[in-house]
Amino acid sequence: MTATVEERKASNKALIDEVLKAYPEKMAKRRAKHLGTFEEGKPDCGVKSNIKSLPGVMTIRGCAYAGSKGVVWGPIKDMVHISHGPVGCGQYSWAARRNYYIGTTGIDTFVTMQFTSDFQEKDIVFGGDKKLDKIIDEIQDLFPLNKGISIQSECPIGLIGDDIEAVSKKKSKEYEGKTIVPVRCEGFRGVSQSLGHHLANDAIRDWVFDRTDPNKRPEFVSTPYDVAIIGDYNIGGDAWSSRILLEEMGLRVIAQWSGDGTIAEIENTPKAKLNVLHCYRSMNYISRHMEEKYGVPWVEYNFFGPTMIEKSLREIASHFDDTIKAKAEEVIAKYKPLMQAVIDKFKPRLEGKTVMLYIGGLRPRHVIGAYEDLGMVVVGTGYEFGHNDDYQRTTHYIKDATLIYDDVTGYEFEHFVDKVKPDLVGSGIKEKYVFQKMGVPFRQMHSWDYSGPYHGYDGFAIFARDMDMAISSPIWGLTKAPWKS
Amino acid sequence: MSQSADKVIDHEMLFREPEYQKMLADKKEFEFNHSDDKIKSVVEWTKTEDYKQKNFARDSLTVNPAKACQPLGAVYVANGFAKTLSFVHGSQGCVAYYRSHFSRHFKEPTSCVSSSMTEDAAVFGGLNNMVDGLANAYSLYKPDMIAVSTTCMAEVIGDDVDAFIKTSKQKGSIPEEFDVPFAHTPAFVGSHITGYDNALLGVLRHFWDGKAKTTEPLVRVPDDSINFIGGFDGFVVGNMKEIRRIFDLFGVKVNIICDPSGNWNTPTDGEFRMYAGGTTKEEVIAALHAKATIVFQEYCCEKTSKFIAEHGQEVVVLNAPMGVAGTDKFLMEISRLTGKPIPAQLEKERGELVDAMADSQAHLHGKRYALYGDPDQMLGYAAFLMELGAEPSHVLSTNGTETWADKMQALFDSSPYGAGCKAYPKRDLWHLRSLLFTEPVDFMIGNTYGKFLERDTKTPLVRMVFPIFDRHHYHRYATWGYDGAMRVLVMLLDEFFEALDGNTMEIAKTDYSYDIIR
Repeated sequence: MTATVEERKASNKALIDEVLKAYPEKMAKRRAKHLGTFEEGKPDCGVKSNIKSLPGVMTIRGCAYAGSKGVVWGPIKDMVHISHGPVGCGQYSWAARRNYYIGTTGIDTFVTMQFTSDFQEKDIVFGGDKKLDKIIDEIQDLFPLNKGISIQSECPIGLIGDDIEAVSKKKSKEYEGKTIVPVRCEGFRGVSQSLGHHLANDAIRDWVFDRTDPNKRPEFVSTPYDVAIIGDYNIGGDAWSSRILLEEMGLRVIAQWSGDGTIAEIENTPKAKLNVLHCYRSMNYISRHMEEKYGVPWVEYNFFGPTMIEKSLREIASHFDDTIKAKAEEVIAKYKPLMQAVIDKFKPRLEGKTVMLYIGGLRPRHVIGAYEDLGMVVVGTGYEFGHNDDYQRTTHYIKDATLIYDDVTGYEFEHFVDKVKPDLVGSGIKEKYVFQKMGVPFRQMHSWDYSGPYHGYDGFAIFARDMDMAISSPIWGLTKAPWKS
Repeated sequence: MSQSADKVIDHEMLFREPEYQKMLADKKEFEFNHSDDKIKSVVEWTKTEDYKQKNFARDSLTVNPAKACQPLGAVYVANGFAKTLSFVHGSQGCVAYYRSHFSRHFKEPTSCVSSSMTEDAAVFGGLNNMVDGLANAYSLYKPDMIAVSTTCMAEVIGDDVDAFIKTSKQKGSIPEEFDVPFAHTPAFVGSHITGYDNALLGVLRHFWDGKAKTTEPLVRVPDDSINFIGGFDGFVVGNMKEIRRIFDLFGVKVNIICDPSGNWNTPTDGEFRMYAGGTTKEEVIAALHAKATIVFQEYCCEKTSKFIAEHGQEVVVLNAPMGVAGTDKFLMEISRLTGKPIPAQLEKERGELVDAMADSQAHLHGKRYALYGDPDQMLGYAAFLMELGAEPSHVLSTNGTETWADKMQALFDSSPYGAGCKAYPKRDLWHLRSLLFTEPVDFMIGNTYGKFLERDTKTPLVRMVFPIFDRHHYHRYATWGYDGAMRVLVMLLDEFFEALDGNTMEIAKTDYSYDIIR
């Protein structure tokens, strides 16, 4: 980081030119649009996004099914989510995202289970609707306390033309208006997980909000301070360490979407006075819809690191009366000593260390503040499945000359890290061991490497400790044999 | 506020603090859950014979299956060949899942690309994706071979992979002579072991049968060498080392076909090796001339075994043999095929294993086990358990067939410890849950997903089946051979002792049995 901004811009350009040389010419042109350097003052990061990945490259992206089942629907705990199609998709996504919940699994809670129609050849040939019909009966028989069922379509469903909507309607009627939700999230749709989030949001709109009999919705007495947490999947308990702050500032959280969430909470959300949105990418759609249809305003927040938490608490409080504003200040003041102690302890060890990120959702921008609170510098970042509006929002977080890589390929990422030599890489399981082999400290920033929570004040202490242990581990001093150095 | 900078606590303890407990209790107001009594009564009901009957009557729903889909096996196979890039023709999300799945088990990078098919490919076919994809993969990752397999998407739309590869070559994506073996691996047929079989067959067929009719088929010139095919195995890193050692001790040159142990065991020394180890093309070609092939897992290699036999070799098919008699059989087959005596060293190891079993059998004798996993491995583990005087009471295989169940039954019938034991083909872990409640056992052998059963039924779990995500480094140790059986024995004993200690720990109540000598 001793180089000047201009020097870094030049070296980024050289780096990008280098990686592009490895591609066939036509493909290099396509990839060139996704790689760049942030220029201070520009309205976005200067890269194209949400475009099909190149075939044959090691894209880190997943699919629409992963976005719908793995992210949005899967964590809703009292519903059974059927991975409809062959066995694999459900198997590989089984309990991998660490969406924490409280409940009796298999009885009233089903998050860490894998329900599948396990498609066989005959189902492909004759269609799977009858089987799906029967599956719903069997779920009702064996899991009578489920509060609803979702059908997460895998690739073959759309291709063979199954009518899962018709089955859903029929079975819902049979079971007295039971919530049964078909989601057309076949993996080939769209270019990444992102479309799956959107389709999942639309399914909540069409099959939960629009279809649930208002007379059957659970009732509760509203207060002026009712809010819903939207777009927090409770990875390692994140939504809990966020919720506790909202409640401490006097707000009443009436729903969590969707980590540790229930269908009743989802149904009641239109009664919220404000929706507080953490993962903009995955749940802006339903937040906008609730604003338009039910008049519930929404506000984005960022609970990574004290600076951003403080800003967000004030922002959220600004939507309420002075009591809440005062309480928000109290909360900020209460945790200040803890935050100072965390920073005093870890900052001296982390000051000036550089980080490269590559993640999904909101994290390529949201975690930057937390790193900066520790004196660290994010020198490169990019989204697996970000859209242009994500890159616009990113400009508020990054510094001039930050290297930007959208839908980075394994080849590019390895090359960038090899040349930039950051002190830490934050990305996912597929990338983790590549970089550790290279001797670069790494943290999984999708799942917090089985640690967490990272959100909120309690979470920041864990975040700081984890980054320190990753970077300061004596292991990295051992990667080169002494006779080799 | 329970968090502090001095002692940072994470999720395990943080949420047990009173302020979080209160918050979680308050949250219930909005969850509108069933009453505690109702939940309790359903919990109790799921433990009954009545529930079991209902559970076993289902024929459409699958819950917590112990199997994955075909392409996973194909990616495993591609990883077993030298400088070979695995290329999955279909939508890209699948590949993200295969890579994650293997990385979580082996704690190693897993390289694989996809042709990233989307809606347009669903309508027009994936030819362009293959043409561009092969060009990109070839340019970026510089493999010596690209092994193509398919997903359910490509199979449903009926893409002709053979023709696509030929077209790609004509269009200059890859050189004409570049090796691109392929396999159709639809996810809606069989399981990951079927994918292993199909992909391995694809590689052998490519090299032996004239590279998709572009060259003359190879002519077999029999020699005295022996091939070994391991099958899909989560312990491959340790096991392949053991297999090579065994053949070395015999003084027999073994030709291991498909060995991914190098790719899933690279050092951390500052360099990322995308390709490491694996069977070379020369070895694949030489394999045709071998005297015989030992196939270690029958159900992983049904088509491959047939193919090899049709090319004039003797094929010895085993079922993941384990323990004393299993390993005896394996070694005697090597000896029979090569004419070489069983090495003294192995005979000594056999004695050591029997010695260890004799020392410890008292603890395992009569213990009842529930096992689940791939069909061959179930046969191997069950045989070993019976040698120890333990009973493999419930043996379940989601990807096992009726034929497999018959074979299991024959195995049970061969020993008094198999009396009353039963095999369950095509059943899943939710079926097993019912069995564990209605006919309890002492221990379970399975993969990480079994920990949910361990929680619900309090049956201790020994993790010896793929995938193992929540314990580290098991895959580095062999489970095959006498030495491998020793490791398995220790794992069984460790779990037994842990359970016994755990059950006798309460001070002034049960700790009279908290013995220091076991």
